[in-house]
Formats: sequence, C-alpha cells, structure tokens
Amino acid sequence: MKIQKKSSKLVGVDVGGTFTDVFVLDQESGVVSISKVASTKGDQSVGFIEGIEKGAKLFNEINTVVHGTTVGTNALLERKGAKTGIITTKGFRDVLEMRRRDRPSTWGLWGMFEPIVSRDLRLEVNERTLADGTINIPVDTEEVKAAAINLLELGCEAVCVFFINGFANLKNETIAAQIVRDIWPNPYVTAATEILPEIREFERCSTGTLNSYLQPVVANYLDKLKLGLSNKGTSSDVLIVQSNGGLVDVKLAAQFPVRTALSGPAAGVKAAQYIGSEAGFLNIITCDMGGTSFDVSLINKGQITLAAQTEIAFGMVVRTPMVEISTIGAGGGSIANIDQGGLLTVGPESAGSDPGPVSYGLGNDRPTVTDANLLLGRINPKRPIGGKLKELDISAAWQAVDAKIAKPLGLSVPEAADAIVRVANAKMAGAIRLVSVERGHDPKDFAIMPFGGGGSLHSGALMKEIGLGASLIPLYPGVTSALGCVVADMRVDTVQTVNTLLDDLDINQLKKRMNQQASTFENILSESKNSLDGLSRVFELDMLYVGQTHSICVPLSVNLQTLSKEIIKKAFDKIYLETYGRLLPGIDARVINLRVAVIGNRPKLDLSSMASISSKSVEECQIETRLIWCDGVQVSAKIYERLDLPIGGTIIGPALLEQPDTTIFIEPNMCGEVDHIGNLLIRWCEE
Amino acid sequence: MIDAVTLAILNGRLEQIADEMDATLFRSAFNPIIAEAHDASHGIYDAENGDTLVQGKSGLPIFVGVMAFAVKAVIEKAYTDGDLVDGDIYIFNDPYEGGTHLSDFRLVKPFFRNGSVYCYLASVGHWHDVGGNVPGNYNPIATESFQEGMLIPPVKLFKAGVLQQDIVDILQANSRLPLSVFGDLNAQINALDLGNKRLNSLLDQYGDDTIKSALSELKERASKMMRAYISALPDGETIAEDFLDNDGIVDEPLKINLRLKIEGDKMLLDFGQSSAQCSGPVNISRSTTIAACYVALKHIFGDVPANAGVLEPVDFIVEENSLLAALAPKPVGGYTETILRLIDVIFQAVAKIAPERSNGCAYGTINALSIAGYRENGQRWVMFSFFGGGHGGHPLGDGLNHGNAPISTATIPPLEILEAAYPIKFNQWALRPNSGGDGKFRGGLGATYEIELLEKSADAFLFGERGKFSPKGVVGGKEASKNIFTYEGDDGPTNPKMVSKIVGVKLKRGQSVRIDTPGGGGYGNPLDRSKRARDHDVQLGYVTEKKL
Repeated sequence: MKIQKKSSKLVGVDVGGTFTDVFVLDQESGVVSISKVASTKGDQSVGFIEGIEKGAKLFNEINTVVHGTTVGTNALLERKGAKTGIITTKGFRDVLEMRRRDRPSTWGLWGMFEPIVSRDLRLEVNERTLADGTINIPVDTEEVKAAAINLLELGCEAVCVFFINGFANLKNETIAAQIVRDIWPNPYVTAATEILPEIREFERCSTGTLNSYLQPVVANYLDKLKLGLSNKGTSSDVLIVQSNGGLVDVKLAAQFPVRTALSGPAAGVKAAQYIGSEAGFLNIITCDMGGTSFDVSLINKGQITLAAQTEIAFGMVVRTPMVEISTIGAGGGSIANIDQGGLLTVGPESAGSDPGPVSYGLGNDRPTVTDANLLLGRINPKRPIGGKLKELDISAAWQAVDAKIAKPLGLSVPEAADAIVRVANAKMAGAIRLVSVERGHDPKDFAIMPFGGGGSLHSGALMKEIGLGASLIPLYPGVTSALGCVVADMRVDTVQTVNTLLDDLDINQLKKRMNQQASTFENILSESKNSLDGLSRVFELDMLYVGQTHSICVPLSVNLQTLSKEIIKKAFDKIYLETYGRLLPGIDARVINLRVAVIGNRPKLDLSSMASISSKSVEECQIETRLIWCDGVQVSAKIYERLDLPIGGTIIGPALLEQPDTTIFIEPNMCGEVDHIGNLLIRWCEE
Repeated sequence: MIDAVTLAILNGRLEQIADEMDATLFRSAFNPIIAEAHDASHGIYDAENGDTLVQGKSGLPIFVGVMAFAVKAVIEKAYTDGDLVDGDIYIFNDPYEGGTHLSDFRLVKPFFRNGSVYCYLASVGHWHDVGGNVPGNYNPIATESFQEGMLIPPVKLFKAGVLQQDIVDILQANSRLPLSVFGDLNAQINALDLGNKRLNSLLDQYGDDTIKSALSELKERASKMMRAYISALPDGETIAEDFLDNDGIVDEPLKINLRLKIEGDKMLLDFGQSSAQCSGPVNISRSTTIAACYVALKHIFGDVPANAGVLEPVDFIVEENSLLAALAPKPVGGYTETILRLIDVIFQAVAKIAPERSNGCAYGTINALSIAGYRENGQRWVMFSFFGGGHGGHPLGDGLNHGNAPISTATIPPLEILEAAYPIKFNQWALRPNSGGDGKFRGGLGATYEIELLEKSADAFLFGERGKFSPKGVVGGKEASKNIFTYEGDDGPTNPKMVSKIVGVKLKRGQSVRIDTPGGGGYGNPLDRSKRARDHDVQLGYVTEKKL
C-alpha cells in the first residue's frame, strides 16, 4: 500500500447556524490559521467557499478539505428532505408510521406524529422472506416496476426498498432495488439492508427511509461544494465527518447521508478527543452550551462513546453508530420560571438567540441564564460574545429577575440570579452524571472540556457539583468543530448479522468474513488520495445470553490467528460482568452481529503551533478588576485578556478571562494554568 | 426546611436513580415483555408507610401507585416476623397485597443506613409465565386466582445478603419457562444492587437528613401542585359511566360508574355505583383502583411529581366486594382491562367539567394474546404479546395512531423478533382505516394484526375488551371502532362467543388469527372538522368511506 505525505494545506470547515469556521493547517510549515465568516442561510456552500477563500487564500495550495456539516441534521429537524416513497412487503406499508407502538411522553396523551413518508407514498408488493431466511414468496418484479413508476408519477425524488426479514436473506430486496434503480432517473435509491442489515423492522425501515430522504439534499449540497472548489481551480479531495467521528469521501457520504446526520457535533467531540490526548487527558467530558441546549458527550480512555441508535425526534430513529450526545434543554437562553408548586425551574423553554435573553433588548422579558450570569458580574456587558450586539442591558435583566424570580421567592436579586445559575448547573450536572457516574465512571478521573460560547462560565461549578478532576478550556472554544475536521481519521464500517449460538459458531468461517471485509475496506481507503499514516482494524461482536433481546458489544483483538470460541466467551464474560455485575452460568451465549471497521490514521497535528507566543507577563494581561457575586457575597475578581496569556502563566480565582468567542470563569479556590498548547487547565488550588 | 434550589437538584438526582434501575432491568431481562415492552418499574419508598417517594420515568405508570401498597405489605410482614436485617430482599406476587396480577413479581429491599431502615427500594417486572391454566397467564375463564398461576406471599429471597436457592428452585419449577424466570430474577436483582449503590453515594454526598427532608418536601410539593390544579377546576359534580364486555365466564356487561366531585382544592372520586365483584378475572383490588386513578390524574396534570403527594387531596369511595375492591381468591388476571376502563371514565368526567383538560378515550384494551405449543423437537414455546391501538383526539389535534395503553409506556416487540423467536408469521401489521372516532379532532387509528401458525399445531388465548362497547369520544366527538378478534375455525373465519376473550382455540399449520384493534374516540363536534383535514384523511386512506 502506498502512503504518501503531501506538503500542502489541509482545511477544516464547520458550518454553524451563525458562523462558518475555517481552520487551515499548512502541513509543510506547520502554520495554522483560523478564520470566520457569516454562514449563508439557504445555501451553505456559498459561505463555505467564502470561508476557505478567506482562510486559505490560494486554492491551488489546498490538498484536502474536511467538512463537518449540519445540512443533514437540519433537513431532518426541519423536515426538509426530499419527497420520498417506500416500496415494501404486502401487509406492511405502515411499519414506519406504527413505530414501536410508543408515545412522545409518559404522562399526557396528546401526542402527535407525522411520518416523513406519508401513507399514500408507501406502496406494497408481493414478496416474503421468513425469519430463517427462507424465501416464502419470490418478489413480484412486475409489481415492483409498477410501484416505482407510480411513485415517480406521484412526484417522489427518492425511494427506499424495505422488505420484512430482508436482513435474513438479501435476495428479494436486492432484486427489487435493482429493478427500481433501472427505472429511477437519479441515484437516490436505498435498499434498507444496504444501510442496516439487522433485525428489527421499524428501526431498519426508519434508518433506510431517512437515508433516502436525505440523499438528494446532501448530494446536491456536496455537488455544489465540489463545483465551488473546482471553479476556484482546485481538485482537492473533500472528506465528510460521519456521525461516528470518522471521515469518508464525498461519494460515500452522498450515498449514505444518514451516517452523517450528526456530522457537525461529531467533529467537535473528535477535536475534544484530540486536544485532550495532546494535553495528557484521556478521559474527557465535552459540553457544548448554546442558546437553547446543552450537549454532553463522554470520551473514555481516549475513546469516543458511540450510541447504537439515536432518536432525532419522536419516531425518527437512526440506527447506525453515532457519537453519543445527550442533550438537555439548558442553554444561555433557557428561561427561569416558578412552577405551580413554587419551585424554581430553568428551561427547557428557551428564548434562544432571538429574541434571546432580556439583556439583549430584543423583546423578551423573562429572565434567562445569561441574564443571571450578567447580574452576577460574570459577563462583561460591554463585550458580548459573538460580536452581534454592542452592549447588554443590565437594568432590564435586573428588573426581570426581580419581578419574576426574586420577589416570588423572597430573595434579593443577586440571590435569585445565583439560584438560577445553580439550578441550571444542577441540570447540566445531571446530564453529565447520566453519561459518567451512572455508567460507573469515577468523575475524579475526568476533565470537563467546554466548547461553543457558553460552557466556560459554568465548568468550574460543574467540577464542584460532580466532583470532576479538572476543566480543560481549549484555546479557541468557538472553532473546536473546525479543528476536529482536521484531526479526524478516515473510517469505513459495517455490521453483518451472524445470529448463531457461540457453541455452533464456525470460527474459521467467521475469521474469513472478518478478514475479507477488512481487506475490502483497506482497499477502499488505500485508493483514496489522502495521505495516511497507516490503517487499523476494529472487530466487535454483539452478543447476549440466549433468551435476552438486548445485546452487549464485545470488542475482539485484531489478531485473528489466535481468535477462538474460548477467547470470545472470555471477552463476553468480562464485558457482561462489567455491565451488570453478575454472570448467568449455564446459559448459552449467542452471537448476534459482527461489526468490522477499518480506520485510516491521518498524520498528527502539532497543536503547539497554535499557542500564542506571548511575551507578556500574567500581570500585564490584566484588563481590569470587577465586583462579582460568588456564593452570595460580593468579591473582587481580576479580569484578563485570555489570548495574551503566556504559556505556563497561572491565575488564581476568582477571575474572569475574556476572549472574542467565550468568557471563562475561574471560581474562588481554583487556579487556571496555560498549558504548552495554549489550553487553560483549571484545577482546585493546592493547599 | 431545605432550600428550593437544593430541592430541585435532589429531585433530579433521586429520579435518576430510579431511571437507572429501570434501564438496568430492561437491558438485562430475558423476556420481551420486560426487555422490549418495558412492563416493569422501580422506585424509592417510605420506610414507615411505604408511600411512593420517587419513581422512575421509564417504568410502567400503573406500577407507580401500586408499588406503595406492595412495600406496605412487606413492612407489615417484617414487623410481624421481627427479623428484618440489612441484605434482605423480599419477593412476592400476591395481587391482594399490592395490586395488579400474578405475573408481576415484586422484589422489595430494605435500604439500611447506620443500622436502621432508611427507605425501601423496589423492583417489579412482568414475568413471562408463572404457571396456571394458560401459558402467559391471561386466563379469561379463571374463577379463582389459583387457576391463574402460582401465588407467592412475601418471603425472603435473600437473607442478610445470602440468596435462598430453594426459593429460586420453587419459582423455576412452577413456570413453563424456567430459564426466563431465572434471567428476569437476576436482572431485577441487578437493578436493586445498582439502586442500593447509587442511593448510598447520594446520601454520602448530601447527608442522610438533607435527603430525608428533600423527600418529604417533594411529597409536599406534589400535593400543593395538585391542590392548585384542582382549585382551578370549577366546583361541582358530574357522572360518567362505561362498561366492560363481560368477565369471560358470564356474558354480561359490567359497569364502572364514577361520580366526580370538585370542591375547592379537594376532589372526590366515588365509584360506589359500580358493579359487584364478578366470577371471572376482571376484578381488581382496591389498591389497583387507587393506582389507576393516580395514572389518570397524572395524565391530566402531567407535571406534578410522581409521588404519593398526588393523591393527598383526593378522596375515594370504593365499595368492598365490588368489582373495584375484590377480595382473595377472586381472579384478577385481567386487571389491565378494568383499570383502562376506569381511566376512561375519569377522562369522560373531566371532559364534562373542563373540556380543555381532557381527550377522547384511547383504545382501551391491551389484547393479551398468547399462542403456545411444542416445536418438532419437543421444545415448548409461548408467544405472548400486547397490541396497540389509537389514542383519543385532543384539544391540540388528532389522536396518535397506534399508541400504547395509557397504563403503560410499553413498546411492542418488533415483529421480526417475534418471528425469529416463535414459529409464526405475520401476514399483516397495518393501520386499521376508519377505526378512529370522528370529531373536530379525530381519534387515532387502531391496527390490524394477522398471525399465521408455521408449526403443526398450537393453542391460542386472547384476553381483550372493547368488543361490545366502543371507546368513547368527548366534547361531542364520536366513538371509535370496536375490537374484533377473528380466528380460522374449521368452518372459516370465526368470532369468539365471549366476543373479546378466547381460551385454547386450536390452530393448525397455515391457519391464522387476526386482531382489529379499536381506534381512539374523537374530540369535539365532527361538524367542526375542517375540509382540509377530511380530504387529507381520504388521500392517505385513514378514512376510506364517506362518514358523517
């Protein structure tokens, strides 16, 4: 295999709701540049090209562009995918709409659901495969043809072929998909088993259909990017960040867009993983606090946590491995309220960024978390982050907190503001605890890494509340996702059904499958023009005790020579014991799925080139002193210009560090230190 | 008194413990009724009286209320025996001591701090088979609970941390599916272990006294919220009435009558005019009745915290020996049907005094279907599942198609999982057009499931309802379609004599059974339904004929 390094520019692009961030690394000189342009709503590719132009200057110097995109996510959330049809087994057109017979909330029966493919666009054909893979009824090819034509006449742009038990025998579905492809005027045809060859009809149908639904939108967008770049005279590779944090080329991304549904957030987590490991932290809890939501993700022993299945919205299920991101309704715009029982609540209702907090002066009169932070002195009213507003209105925030929270609870305004922040912190701590403590991780071993604009004000409080070991604040929290694009590795993966008792498993045949699949992937990655440092394989088995329906994921060694049933059993026992605390001797284990992935490792990026070479002393970086509220008393806090701080510089809390994309709060009794790559590391001060 | 902010924080921490117990059981359980359908629940209960203190959000709503009675039964038993020690876990399924039916096995563990009981942790889950006449235990012709399965009174499964293997042996020997029993039992123990660990670390962090006062504050808060909600309703009284098809033994309707009275911040639920206890298994115990009322009220006032405080401002009139307060050994296996009807009458009554708070009745039957037999190799199999239907129209729009029963959050197992596990094949798994009640906001659609047998022979059992009395609409909305069960007899398609209940229908290879489940009742006058909504219904095939 040929692995070569190219000496030109690597560009990471993250398109957010407000800004498009571009991160450019000159692989030859190691020089990094960061730029920001306004995102272009409607057609994100315009801002994308503008951003690269501003950041990279010369297009012909670009080797590779890596992109974390929210085009797919937004199309799902706003339901702006293509008009899509489904061709399915007779008797089962409603699988997508019947879901798993659930409801949106435990309490209250006012739920509603509209499937992304309406009932008139779901057509049935004669065919049937049984659970054991027997073809009960061969597929009626004429009916498939007629259904496809019918859907085209009804105006469908994309289509999913989904057959019951298709995973047990691909034959009928493959034949049908081929017939549809022969007729269909564009490439937007998905066979559900192509994306998920796994048991559970609703989850497979939903994932396959969402893939079709996104294909035209994402393919169109990626075409525009390619075109935009070639118009500028570059034929550079474009890679897309998948929801599992690995990169694929645009061709695969356009074919399987559902795998990039969480592309943007995955890039952020990828960056956190990289920055963390460069800073010596393998255990990281990332948190992204925006206007409305707080997203948490866990990196354990250097590994990103993946969820097998994600529910994008009620009944909108995607079952492919994605970075596990837990979201709660707690952001800067979350509204504080007193409920019927007299208890203070914060969120999930949010004022977002428009109208936003009361202090924005854009029409909201209900106090938010940002207003509370402002009143506590933790936000500089003259320097709002993001650069949209000139100044924040303190007196409006004061009045709102006084009227809506302080008076009803009998508190002073600063006390009420402190209570709002504490309740918000508690909610965020709850979300973090769910992915850490409650899964058996010791919080002391973890550092919290905030990115996005809001989190750095709260990380110290979250350290206290959860007992986390440290806060690690990246140099530019606002461009973390763009950085993540540049440091991510390539990754292709698949899942195959095995469904055999471990005792009955043909181990040699399994090894052969593992080897073949991995070799295929290695060839795909080697063909790519990108410079790679090497390839590595990942093998996992989904296993359970006979009788259970939920499996656990058992990682296997990549050394296939020594792989045996005994080794598989030992690996299963270990993971089962860790997960549930007791084994069930005497009950057989069953192997459900085989997962194979190949990772193309990309060259390491030296983050130290980003850190500022400041000759100022810490004292010289101090801008002012401000009175702020901490735990109910007013204290004097020093305010610093963060980006001017020298490597090794230490600051003792309480202190606030300002920079254009965030404000960092160092709590009393905590110390912040600038590390060798420019991160600010906050810990408890030593006695 | 504990400050409001700490209270809000602890509320979340405590709920998380119960939620995590739920998740542990779901993931490690063996039978799909728990693992896939989440027919289970966990909580934290008062050390003195068993009151619900904290309940998980993902467990089965109906268990929220009944578990308090179950814990109370253990407290009384332990008091009588006088030998409660740290590390004990009680196990039982006595429906007269803590509600529901024999399938629901409860594990109750005293949680000790500094040598005394601080609170109780409990786990309940629906086991796959607990003996009795009918595989899966929904026996529509039981006349005594002895025919419904084994009855285990509160006994110690663990004594001071030591598992009593002889108890496990007895449980396994009494089930058609002993391995499933073993797997589920272990999974429930996993959940209690985890709850024990998490609660200890929470107490270590905040202190025993702080948590104790938080728990009592939370209860206080729930009752305060309920009083506020009740006060907002107009004073007055109203009556609502609905019926069960029959008790499976005698084909006569059974009445559930409710007089709802609002007076200031108090609510009275008077079921005094309901039918007497019956011969068949649709009786429920008094504790189950109260738990069902709790579920209905929580649906209507959803943000009140899930604890005993919800019922504090509510008074009940339930006659002993009535359908709603049956005594041992009256059969109670079909309790789900009765409580669904009870919830329906509460929705109907509330709709009369506060239309904006109510909704059309949901499909109102769980349709417990079991198909059981032997494979060619002699291995026994029992397919057991519940089925979905429509939810009622409501003030915001049409009802949800194919939802779960209001008493549960259970999902249905994937049909591919059922086909992989049992020798059956679904020929249809579809929405049932025209089954939702008309109204300004139409009821959601029920479903049609047709299941064909692939083995030589099997027996089919169904425990359903709503075969004679449709789910009602409210505020002028129309009723939904009835439940229809059809099986292939030797003379072609046949409907059961007891309408919605059958026992041991013989099926041969290639024969099938079919359930057409009810939709939900409509909300508001059908004349107010927009033309656009009607056209849309026809275009999508939700409604296939002109209906007025």
